[in-house]
Amino acid sequence: MSLIGKSVPFTSVSDQALRHRFSICCSWIESDRICEGQRMQKLGDFKLPQFFNYPPYFTLQPVRDTREKQIQLWKELILDFCKSQKVFLIGVEEDFPLFSNSAIDRTLSHEARETFLSAFVGEGRAEWLDKGHRKCLILWHRIQDWADIILKFVRENGLEDSVMTVEEIRSGTESLGTELEGIDRTILMRALKLLENKGKLALFKGTSADDEGVKFSV
Amino acid sequence: MASESRIGSDGLFNTAEVTTSGRPVLRRNEVECFLLSSVDLDSEDDPPRFTPLRSGNLILTTHRLIWIPSSQSNANTSSLPSSLPLSSITHIFSHKKSIKSMFHSPRIRFQVDSLVVVTVVFRGKGDFDGFLTKLWECWRGRAWEEDEKSESEASSGSGAGTVAQGLYGNDGTVRMVGLAGILRKEQEQWESTDKSLQDAFQDLNALMSKAKEMVSLAEKMRQKLLSAPSSQNGGGDDEEMGSKEEMQQWMLSVGIISPVTKESAGALYHQELSRQLADFVRIPLEQAGGMISLTDMYYHFNRARGTELISPDDLWQACNLWEKFDVPVMLRKFDSGVKVIQNKSHSDEEVMSRIRTLVTKTETLRTGVTASDAALTLKIAPAMAKEHLLSAETKGLLCRDMSPDGLRFYFNLFPEIDPTDLHLVKDIGTYGEWVKATSLLSV
Repeated sequence: MSLIGKSVPFTSVSDQALRHRFSICCSWIESDRICEGQRMQKLGDFKLPQFFNYPPYFTLQPVRDTREKQIQLWKELILDFCKSQKVFLIGVEEDFPLFSNSAIDRTLSHEARETFLSAFVGEGRAEWLDKGHRKCLILWHRIQDWADIILKFVRENGLEDSVMTVEEIRSGTESLGTELEGIDRTILMRALKLLENKGKLALFKGTSADDEGVKFSV
Repeated sequence: MASESRIGSDGLFNTAEVTTSGRPVLRRNEVECFLLSSVDLDSEDDPPRFTPLRSGNLILTTHRLIWIPSSQSNANTSSLPSSLPLSSITHIFSHKKSIKSMFHSPRIRFQVDSLVVVTVVFRGKGDFDGFLTKLWECWRGRAWEEDEKSESEASSGSGAGTVAQGLYGNDGTVRMVGLAGILRKEQEQWESTDKSLQDAFQDLNALMSKAKEMVSLAEKMRQKLLSAPSSQNGGGDDEEMGSKEEMQQWMLSVGIISPVTKESAGALYHQELSRQLADFVRIPLEQAGGMISLTDMYYHFNRARGTELISPDDLWQACNLWEKFDVPVMLRKFDSGVKVIQNKSHSDEEVMSRIRTLVTKTETLRTGVTASDAALTLKIAPAMAKEHLLSAETKGLLCRDMSPDGLRFYFNLFPEIDPTDLHLVKDIGTYGEWVKATSLLSV
């Protein structure tokens, strides 16, 4: 895979990191062996970091300090991935792509998955949807942040006094290309309820279940 | 071992060789017979012919009397370990039991080289009469003369020209030669074993009949010791404490470990065993690379002993006493519960640095190490290697990987990864080296 002449794909990263990654790409070109993207694996269009190939990353570490660091790394990675791929829900027993790495033949154990996700919940970046801890809602934006995004959306589109259905917020024409596009319904409802409590809008039920509506009074 | 006159300006005794743990170094064929503590050796003459030796352990062997200062006595130059050959004793005075002697500590007097009289004062508790009997036995046994005879024989025998032929040797005894010789040797061994067994069984029969009484008596004693209050104040209770100690000693000789002894410095038996063990441990420890498990040591020690094996509990007690003496070995317990004996000089730092060198090699950066890999490279037992790897993990040097084919350890890269910039690989540090190492894998 020749990288000459191609622009290096990137997500939102800092300049320095970009430069650094570019320098790594250049060293690839110089070396005799050209790895077919081996080192920088991808999941869809999401670039995985190097340490994703580090086997101990997939074993729950017993030593406290090491484990804390490990949890931190997993948290950042999951949040980044979910944000970029718009994943809102993780099933602990399901095949969430980050939980295994076939290149090094490692998979996170159930205990490890639960530990890492529970760490999120503790920090308010996730919520368990059931008592059995099988499904986890990922809040890569906190509910408060989503509320702010909704308000911004309302203002930018001049919807201050109008009425919309909840579904329209998720998939209407105004939402296309924004963060609100495809937002998880549960999260959206939570954010809307938060705003309702603040008096920014009013929720009402329509004729059918799909037609739950919102009247903004921003 | 020629006898020399020792009365010189420097005193009566030779300096005795002692090991680093305080055990006497015995000569060839020399056997230890008796040991007593809290013994003084005084000169009876006035002015004294030699500097008195106060408060030490007196060891009677087949060849010598050895006096070793106990740790409590002050370390002045005159209190060096000293020995006196039994061959130089010319007369042992009989022990007169008078009313006066009942109030004193028991003592023995003997004459050395027909000149100096030495008084041995026994201030401790011990079988004084047994010691005296043994002293007579050893003195009369004259084991040193046999040594001399065999030595002179050996030196003259090698020069002899004629080689014994046939079944009978030069001195008329039957030669142990060929198959017949082996068989005859075996036969003689069996006969002597048989005889000693018979003797033993006589005693054993007598003992068995008393066994039940003994056990119940011992149990009663034990209960009494346990129930008596352990701490008393006031001088008037010294006598009671003294008799209690006596009971403990006696019970130990019967073979019952009193729980009371654990709190004190330990009975004399355990102390001496502890010292002996510290000496013995040195060589297997070196062979095993500085650290050896307690079970391995149990095996080595008992194998060397042959008879009079020690129990695992004795071994454990003896090792525990090491911290009270100044010996160069120590007992160490790992978090996993494994107990090992290691040299005090054996440092953890040294092993850690060796592990670090091992895991930062390019190959091992990529694949990690198992306990058996580490054992091979560091040249230590696999169980020890695992312990070292686990402690390195606890220190944060390594982290673990639960692979399909077992537990592996890698150099711990987690501290080097920046959580705020997941894709950043710094130029310095092992993380970059690891990335390089893994990229060398074929596509």
